[in-house]
Amino acid sequence: MQFPGRRKKLVGSSQNDLYEHCLQFYGQPPLENISLTEFETFAVERLKLLKTVENLGVSCVKNSETYIKKLDAEISSLNFPLKAELGEQKVQGGISEYEKRRKDHISHFILRLAYCQTEDLRRWFIQQEMDLFRYRFNHLHSKHKTDFLHKNNLKYETVSAEEKKNLQDKLIASSYGLSGTKVEEHDVYKVPFQDALDLVRTRKVYLLAGNAYIPHHEIVTIVLNDFRTRLSKALAMTARSLPAVHSDERLQPLLSHLSHAYVGQDYSIQKNIGKISLEQIDALSGKSFPLCMRHLHKALRENHHLRHGGRMQYGLFLKGIGLTLEQALQFWRSEFVKGKVDADKFDKAYAYSVRHMFGKEGKRTDYTPYSCMKVILSNPPSQGDYHGCPFRHSDPELLKQKLQNYKVSPSGINQILELVKGMHYQLACQKYFELTHNVEDAGFSLNHPNQYFTESQKLLSGGRDIKKEVDTSQRSQENPASVTRPSQANSKQAQEEMGDLDSFFQDE
Amino acid sequence: MPTSDYDPACLPDLLPLYYRRLFPFSHYYRWLSYGGVSKNYFQNREFSFTLKDDIYVRYQSFTTQNELEKEMQKMVPYKIDIGAVYSHRPSQHNAVKSGTFQALEKELVFDIDMTDYDDVRCCCSAADICSKCWTLMTIAIRILDRALREDFGFHHLLWVYSGRRGVHCWVCDDAARKLSVAARSAVAEYLSLVKGGEEAVRKVVLSDPIHPFINHSLSVVERYFRQYAIVDQDILGSKESVDKVLALLPDDIKKDLTIYYQEEKNPMKRWERLCTLVEHKKSSVKKGGQYFDKEIMLQYCYPRLDVNVSKGVNHLLKSPFSIHPKTGRISVPIDLKELNTFDPFEVPTISLICEELERPRADEAEDDDLKDKENEQEAGERRRIRDYKRTSLAKYVKVFVRFLEAMARSRKGEMLKKSDLQKDF
Repeated sequence: MQFPGRRKKLVGSSQNDLYEHCLQFYGQPPLENISLTEFETFAVERLKLLKTVENLGVSCVKNSETYIKKLDAEISSLNFPLKAELGEQKVQGGISEYEKRRKDHISHFILRLAYCQTEDLRRWFIQQEMDLFRYRFNHLHSKHKTDFLHKNNLKYETVSAEEKKNLQDKLIASSYGLSGTKVEEHDVYKVPFQDALDLVRTRKVYLLAGNAYIPHHEIVTIVLNDFRTRLSKALAMTARSLPAVHSDERLQPLLSHLSHAYVGQDYSIQKNIGKISLEQIDALSGKSFPLCMRHLHKALRENHHLRHGGRMQYGLFLKGIGLTLEQALQFWRSEFVKGKVDADKFDKAYAYSVRHMFGKEGKRTDYTPYSCMKVILSNPPSQGDYHGCPFRHSDPELLKQKLQNYKVSPSGINQILELVKGMHYQLACQKYFELTHNVEDAGFSLNHPNQYFTESQKLLSGGRDIKKEVDTSQRSQENPASVTRPSQANSKQAQEEMGDLDSFFQDE
Repeated sequence: MPTSDYDPACLPDLLPLYYRRLFPFSHYYRWLSYGGVSKNYFQNREFSFTLKDDIYVRYQSFTTQNELEKEMQKMVPYKIDIGAVYSHRPSQHNAVKSGTFQALEKELVFDIDMTDYDDVRCCCSAADICSKCWTLMTIAIRILDRALREDFGFHHLLWVYSGRRGVHCWVCDDAARKLSVAARSAVAEYLSLVKGGEEAVRKVVLSDPIHPFINHSLSVVERYFRQYAIVDQDILGSKESVDKVLALLPDDIKKDLTIYYQEEKNPMKRWERLCTLVEHKKSSVKKGGQYFDKEIMLQYCYPRLDVNVSKGVNHLLKSPFSIHPKTGRISVPIDLKELNTFDPFEVPTISLICEELERPRADEAEDDDLKDKENEQEAGERRRIRDYKRTSLAKYVKVFVRFLEAMARSRKGEMLKKSDLQKDF
């Protein structure tokens, strides 16, 4: 891609072949020239779209009516392709389907540049792009789905009519939405189980001798797997060519702004190192810890032990609130020694793990404290574990009891349980914040346990007025800290240009 | 059966003897070489040792069987773990450019630990096991073995007793060793039915339609449930255990049973009543199936595996034929044909087999003279084979050898297929 300063007109009709289908695998990068303005706009709008995909993903059930309605609206308003037909008449004053597809294509590749740099960024980008792709693929007509498969050379082996008949009952019992007639009439694909991991993981498919038997309407999962693999490889390659891109001064500030904007704060840079003393932790756990960490702390104090999942989740949180490595070692050792572990064994076995968390061992990765998404979605707790999100992983009855123990009002508890029932775990935690801090509105959108702690401390130390209506101007004052990174040396001119971008990233 | 009471204090004396004369090095090396198909497969394998005084060393690797023997005899590890096959020799990992030293392949492994069932067994807890709760391992092995073979198409599974309170499964197929982290985790999740930590009361939830895998697993559980849970574990005996079971049922059934149980004390009848009520409710409620009785059976019996053990390509797992320092027992392969009679308390301890070694030899005098002529290593080899054959270890090594031979046959079959395709005659 080349980026001349001037805007260049496109040649229209011969490009039609490029965008025959409204969906694509993003295999080929765009080869045209575009203006800086378009570059910026495309990127920012796609990022908005992906952020919407992310938010809807946690606050609604995927493919529920609300989800569909909201996502459709966002896609349309941002002028991304939704419909399947090309060659529609250009709507009066609107944007043609062709141009929407072009935007889709180009914006994807621009964001690759911004999101290829770290594991976390890549993971996030792949996750949202996959969700978006899945959504758009599912909304294609069956004919267009087949079209797409053929155009992209995805040939999956179909099962013979005889085998289908033999396995009919088993197929119906394994796959959602399959009936006898459907099995007879439509294709069933046989795919090695390694290519259908999402279906295997959730046991939504029939397995026999290492093969997954996928009905036609489920083929999207397989396609997604393919999509994920390709995108993952592509991002790795893009990362390698990044230095060349970064040397272009026009692009570098925009790209880093884009990637920091999503993350907000990841709490990897500790602000209050050493400001917390170990004696304060017990009191803090009641006042300013989110429920998950309060729960972990209590379990640790009671059992003088935590398993690996719990140590990671809680240990990294403590690092995020400002504990130093020395404090952490002292904290964990003093607790474990009260249990079955003697000081020697602690030093040999567990100390290593604590130092690892602080990036002093092994690969020397300085691990970042887990965000709410990570706690909710990965590594569910099993027997003997205390980690995870209590709103997500606890039995509602037990959660209720616990909240009662913590003196939450009955009406408050009901509100929380309603939110839990609706799968709005982070909102439930926010409500817990509001109830325990005696405010009507938390004033922030919770997505990280350390954020909970910071906001709580701010509130308790009088940083904000209690029960005040938080208006938008106040909010925009709070967010810049999470959007601009002081470490970047931006030129003044670039900063002025960036001014408008901030307004794109206010949390709703 | 006398196990020659094992005393951990004797380990420093017994281990050297074990590694010199009993550990089946040649078979072990044969296993981990996998027919020599991949270059440097054995050389790039990570081992970790726990030495005396809990000193733990990682990234051990060996170039030949001989080197493995010599090092083990020198270091006398108390525990041996097997890790992944890396891109370079693990013992040289520091010399490799950062980022390029990577775990490439490893067997797909499963670890079933009895402590994960503490909330549903009343005979023992923590590290203890007894013949009553051992049934849980039998059930686990049957269910997982079937699923790994029939659903996933794996053929070469080695089931090993961990030496104290559980079993391990090593899936050694080529395809298994090449699985990615995501694939391993997907397999483990597919096999998981009991979900939830301390905070979850009801850990198994079934809904219509029931996946064929669950049905297969249920039929195994059903075979054992009455004897194991109702009789041996007596889950419907004491008030405390009855309450735990009732907590898994909806209110109307719970109420009915509470009253019924005041009169009826026979646990089997109590269970039958429970099942009848559930059946009744199922047929009378229109919406979907209600499988409370099946859920209870699964919650009490279905295998609980630690997904994290199976997920990681570089995860280290206790090696077969290593010793468990706390019990002295050897991690022996389990013969699935004799699974019903497998008794963990009959597994030989290191003290037993060392003692068996000292017993007078009946008929081997003549062999000695012949073999003396051969070179030292081979003679040592033969002596070692003669040695373990005289001990209780023999039958377990036989199981291992059968497993190795099956893999060898399969590799040969693969090669023939390949050469046929290439028309090499």
